[in-house]
Amino acid sequence: MNTTSRLAAFVLTAGVIAGFPLTAKAQTTTTKVDPALVETYLQATFGKAPPEWQARIKPDDTLATCNLHRNDVPSAEADKIVAREMAKVVFPADGKLLGDWKEGQKIANNGRGGQFSDDDKTISGGNCYACHQMEKAEVSYGTLGPSLTSYGKDRKFDPVEAKNAFAKIYDSQAVVACSNMPRFGANKVLSEQQIKDIVAFLFNPESPINK
Amino acid sequence: MRLAKAAAAAAVILLFPFAARAQDASEKEIERYRAMISDPFSNPGFLAVDRGEILWGEKRGSKNVSLEGCDLGLGAGKLEGAFAQLPRFFPDSGRVMDLEQRLLWCMQNLQGLDTKDVVARRFSGPGKASDMEDLVAFIANKSNGMKIDVQLKHPKEQEMAAVGEALFYRRGGVMDFSCATCHADEGKRIRLQGLPNLSKPGKQPQETMGTWPTYRVSQGALRTMQHRLWDCYRQQRWPVPEYGSDTITALTVFLQKQAMGGEIAVPSIKR
Ligand code: HEC
Ligand code: HEC
Repeated sequence: MNTTSRLAAFVLTAGVIAGFPLTAKAQTTTTKVDPALVETYLQATFGKAPPEWQARIKPDDTLATCNLHRNDVPSAEADKIVAREMAKVVFPADGKLLGDWKEGQKIANNGRGGQFSDDDKTISGGNCYACHQMEKAEVSYGTLGPSLTSYGKDRKFDPVEAKNAFAKIYDSQAVVACSNMPRFGANKVLSEQQIKDIVAFLFNPESPINK
Repeated sequence: MRLAKAAAAAAVILLFPFAARAQDASEKEIERYRAMISDPFSNPGFLAVDRGEILWGEKRGSKNVSLEGCDLGLGAGKLEGAFAQLPRFFPDSGRVMDLEQRLLWCMQNLQGLDTKDVVARRFSGPGKASDMEDLVAFIANKSNGMKIDVQLKHPKEQEMAAVGEALFYRRGGVMDFSCATCHADEGKRIRLQGLPNLSKPGKQPQETMGTWPTYRVSQGALRTMQHRLWDCYRQQRWPVPEYGSDTITALTVFLQKQAMGGEIAVPSIKR
């Protein structure tokens, strides 16, 4: 789809929502389907995949709750998720949170890993640019998440903020329940060292993010 | 001539994401590109349409008959408007089927064709033509100018739509992604690729679903919705989905429901 038609589409949709707030709301309410029925569909489509791949699409307690509420979780459930996910975060034993920002820059730019087209030897990246603006010079960034430009500088390079960022990347839902951001450490996509390198990319004053 | 124009179209589309700064020039290019899409002489997708027409009439299988006796929902051999109403419930098979599932069924049951090879070539590649892509291009093209009118009267069709909706929101894989992660907000993009919001019925799903099958310039091939969803599940970091299986059909029914009333203009050309 091109920019013009997308813009037109956007304006039109906005018009529809403004005109019929009730209809728009009604359409987002969940239709009830028997979870066992959904399982038979998934079985028909993914049932031949290797067991470890099938395990990946079995929701854990957190995702089961997110799926049920389509990410719009009631606050009591949200608190439970944040507590459960926070317990999964393993901070570096030596307390050092900042690795090599140049490595972190590469990891943030690398979108490979975890796809059925990748081989076993593929080293996963963080794919951060798929969703976030980071250094200003990079124009090819997605907008599913907020801009992280000047992230460390805006936080005065505060070590407490760096620790929060480590936790956020390790397990996004330790901070925001049902966040659309992957749980990189908890799901074993990124190693501790890779996460430290990304934290350095965000918090090192020399990093282009803070220039 | 076809190829020269197609190459020009390719250049336009490949350049497009970087053309943001040259707004005026790119607007003109878009106009030119729009005109090209509907021109059978410059959209390579129409080569697939032509090949599909030949395949449709070709006698094959142990019964040595063509597909012309295949009922795509509107009666044996009736092609006009059939695609606009698919997927739908077929009483003879007792299942809701999309066009590709239905074609496989007809090949097996009408022609007595062993479809193993057809399935192996479900997605074309260099030196590997796909009967399915060609047939879908030909048949879908026979619904051009018509409106998406997916059938939702039969309980099985309703089940498909409801399960498809649940699947759209189902998160999983190492990245915890669902379709909704990438297709449930307005004006979002991943890297530079714009993402249609498919979570609300209306213009965006209509424009999306009304333009598949499409000629993908980046892949140099005509692609069907089966391929699009296979590729999205890859990006979603889910396992390989089985071709022509129920989850894909359920999602397609749901997406067609969101796109109800959208005009069909296929094969289109996309990035
Ligand atoms: C699929 C999309 C996606 C990917 C990939 C992603 N994020 Fe995010 N991120 C989000 C969203 C959405 C938010 C906002 C909601 C939230 O805070 O959970 C967010 C929030 C954040 C925040 C908190 C921002 C604040 O307000 O302080 C940080 C830091 C962050 N992301 C870093 C990263 C890094 C580093 C990576 C790569 C290793 C990454 N993200 C990959 C979607 C993503
Ligand atoms: C991680 C991101 C991601 C996920 C998850 C994802 N998609 Fe996509 N989807 C994309 C991208 C990128 C495109 C291509 C956009 C382009 O090329 O302009 C796309 C394109 C599409 C299109 C065609 C859009 C068009 O304009 O022709 C459809 C339909 C679609 N996706 C449906 C789905 C469905 C259904 C699911 C879930 C099974 C899904 N997607 C999951 C990223 C994703």
